[in-house]
Amino acid sequence: MDVFAALGGGFGVALQPGNLLLAFIGCIVGTAIGVLPGIGPLNAIALLLPFCLALRLPPESALILLAAVYYGSGYGGRITAILLNMPGEPSAVLTTLDGHPLAKQGRGGAALAISGIGSFVGATLSVVAMTFLSVPLAKVAVAFSPADYVALIAFALSLLGAVSDGPAVKAWAAGCVGLLLAMVGVDSGTGVERFTLGSLELLGGIDFTVLAIGLFAIGEILLLIETKLRAEAAKLGGGEKLSLREVIHCVPTMLRATGIGFVIGVLPGAGASVASALSYTAEKRLNEAHGKFGQGDMRGVAAPETADNAAQIGNLVPMLSLGIPGSGTTAVLLGALLMYNITPGPLLFEQRPDVAWGLIASMYIGNAMLLLLNLPLVGIFARLLTVPAWVLYPGVLALSFAGVYAASNSAFDLLLAIGFGVLGWLFRKMEIPLVPIVLGFVLGRMLEDNLRRAMSLSDGDVWALLGSPVSIVLWVMTLAAVAWPMLRGLRRVAQPSRGV
Amino acid sequence: MQRRTLIAATSALPFAASAQGFVPQNAECIAPAAPGGGFDVTCRLTTRMLSELNLVPSPIRTQNMPGGIGAVAINHINAQRPADPNVLVAFSTGSWLNMAQRRFGRFAENDVRWIGAIGADYGVIAVRRDSRFQNLGDLIAAFRENISAIPIGSSGAVGSQDWTKVALLARAAGQDPRRMRYVPFEGGGAAMAALLGGHIQVFPGDASEIRGQFDAGEIRILAVLSAQRLPGFLSVVPTAREQGLDVEWPIIRGFYGPPRMPDAAYNYWVDVLKRLHAHPAWPEARAAQGLFEFNMVGEEFSQLAKRRTEEYRTLAREVGLIQPTQ
Repeated sequence: MDVFAALGGGFGVALQPGNLLLAFIGCIVGTAIGVLPGIGPLNAIALLLPFCLALRLPPESALILLAAVYYGSGYGGRITAILLNMPGEPSAVLTTLDGHPLAKQGRGGAALAISGIGSFVGATLSVVAMTFLSVPLAKVAVAFSPADYVALIAFALSLLGAVSDGPAVKAWAAGCVGLLLAMVGVDSGTGVERFTLGSLELLGGIDFTVLAIGLFAIGEILLLIETKLRAEAAKLGGGEKLSLREVIHCVPTMLRATGIGFVIGVLPGAGASVASALSYTAEKRLNEAHGKFGQGDMRGVAAPETADNAAQIGNLVPMLSLGIPGSGTTAVLLGALLMYNITPGPLLFEQRPDVAWGLIASMYIGNAMLLLLNLPLVGIFARLLTVPAWVLYPGVLALSFAGVYAASNSAFDLLLAIGFGVLGWLFRKMEIPLVPIVLGFVLGRMLEDNLRRAMSLSDGDVWALLGSPVSIVLWVMTLAAVAWPMLRGLRRVAQPSRGV
Repeated sequence: MQRRTLIAATSALPFAASAQGFVPQNAECIAPAAPGGGFDVTCRLTTRMLSELNLVPSPIRTQNMPGGIGAVAINHINAQRPADPNVLVAFSTGSWLNMAQRRFGRFAENDVRWIGAIGADYGVIAVRRDSRFQNLGDLIAAFRENISAIPIGSSGAVGSQDWTKVALLARAAGQDPRRMRYVPFEGGGAAMAALLGGHIQVFPGDASEIRGQFDAGEIRILAVLSAQRLPGFLSVVPTAREQGLDVEWPIIRGFYGPPRMPDAAYNYWVDVLKRLHAHPAWPEARAAQGLFEFNMVGEEFSQLAKRRTEEYRTLAREVGLIQPTQ
């Protein structure tokens, strides 16, 4: 069938007033979910699903609503990351690196605006790619083997040294702390308990929310208390608004980030956090000579935010075209189809074109809605900073704690978060970057699982890790990424000695 | 709203027959694997039907808790909410295997309250559509030639139910199951992706999770591991027994609760399942998910769970998964 005719049919479904309204509601809920720490799109969708069934929404309408919550959440996570240096979700961790310095310069509004535009560009271009390339892309994606994933994750980890500005060795150390934290809990392969110190609460491992809220939110607040709330908080106003020139300056970044994000997103085993980490470090490397990454570069905000949203859309590709979930959230969306007695699988586009194409069409509309919703709201979000710090930070802390407790029902997790807060405060004082900890944590478990699979597939033959052209290229890039900061370090050592 | 008030009011009465004072609040169904597999379907199908048929006053939330093929979930409820009346955990025959093999740490069949079953599914042996294996005989011949040369993958570690399915086939072919090249994935969805991608050659999955790919002709089913042919879309697929191998693998699906779930709550959930089984709308919804009738609940079911777990413990000793001294 002609793609345009099918897409036209999809718009026929998506433009029905009821479905438009549902997409709009989904976008608002999604943005809110993204802002609130601790509550991710997965929980929100799982909570909304019974309502869809109770309201007897037809399957295409339910999916339009739930998917809008999903991609809408990609617009929300940046807000607290930029304004308060507190990422609401894994993929927003990278946004703090340049977003928060911009907010400190009084340009929080501009950073929010560019991230909104980036999110829109990334998502919309990805929907276009999905419209035309869905099936072939998904076929390529399943060909990505466990060994290839190992190489990809190793590459993402190797870039840790480049994430922060300080000495690479500190970033590496921080990354290793993250890897170590990822090991805590029952080992998924064997059921063996690791680093649980006999504690039952640690059996399930450490939750990302607990770690992120501890390191970033509580750590930040401890630092502010120490300096009697005077130091380095973000300020409202004083900075210029986002100029058209700056947006145009970011366009190449957004296009590259869309490419990286979408491709990574289509792979069923990778995710938005890998995508945003890769695209941020790629931009930083490309623009090293004429950028101020880490101190407030607009491109440093645009890159991870664009990649994040592109990856989210990419994640829907294997789900819709093969019936294979690429992440927890897309799996819940698949579950929604099952509950409507629709069998997700390669025949979805033929059997239920109204559902598949209706969803795709609604994503064009939804992302436009999100941009229109978010740009005018930038001013309102930024006004968050007019709230006095002694009200704002305890308020955020209370919300964070509520989020942690809602996710786990466990007071132990709150204590754990405070523990990580103290750790985060100490690390800040020692100028050890926090972002590599979180990335190491997120990537560590993925690395372990895939390494294990690759090893059993090859019967323990380590060379199988270099078994495909993709993995060889990735490993070469990994080696280069590890060597680069070392060479730079050597040069740095060499230069002063020449001066003397 | 009116109905909810009414239920709350009736159940508050001391002589209310079924609920005996228990009304679920923010009830939760834990699916102890990543979304997309059998546990997930168990939770979502049941909670949807309970809400749709008004058998519970408020919707039950499904939470995915992957890790250790259920170890994380059983540890979670034992550690954090051992008396929570509002939590159900999905289990399958595989959970009994894991308990038998002490894969859940110190927790086993006596550390939960067995509420009941919702139905049974059956194991299938799936290969990609272009596989060199046309039928079970081809696979068995290849097993006899060199069993270690065939990558087999599914959700669950060595010793799990998906592993046991092929282990039984291997044993029936006179091969040592320990020599199989088996790769665990977290959830059936990931294993299916690996089958389609050609990373594994055999996927011993469940009948309920392969329909989308089967209908599309992406995979071939070599055998169903049931006593008789299954009704519905799989009726064209022969059983293992028809192909000369006496291997069966029913997967009973249902729920357990925390070890100290109060009697009032336990009785409430048993009763809810009974009423679900009796409802005229249930068989169709259950069948749509590839589940066959299996209506045992309460005390009778609890005994079955404990008996089966003990049987699997014996099996595990035979295959050498646990030491006889354990």
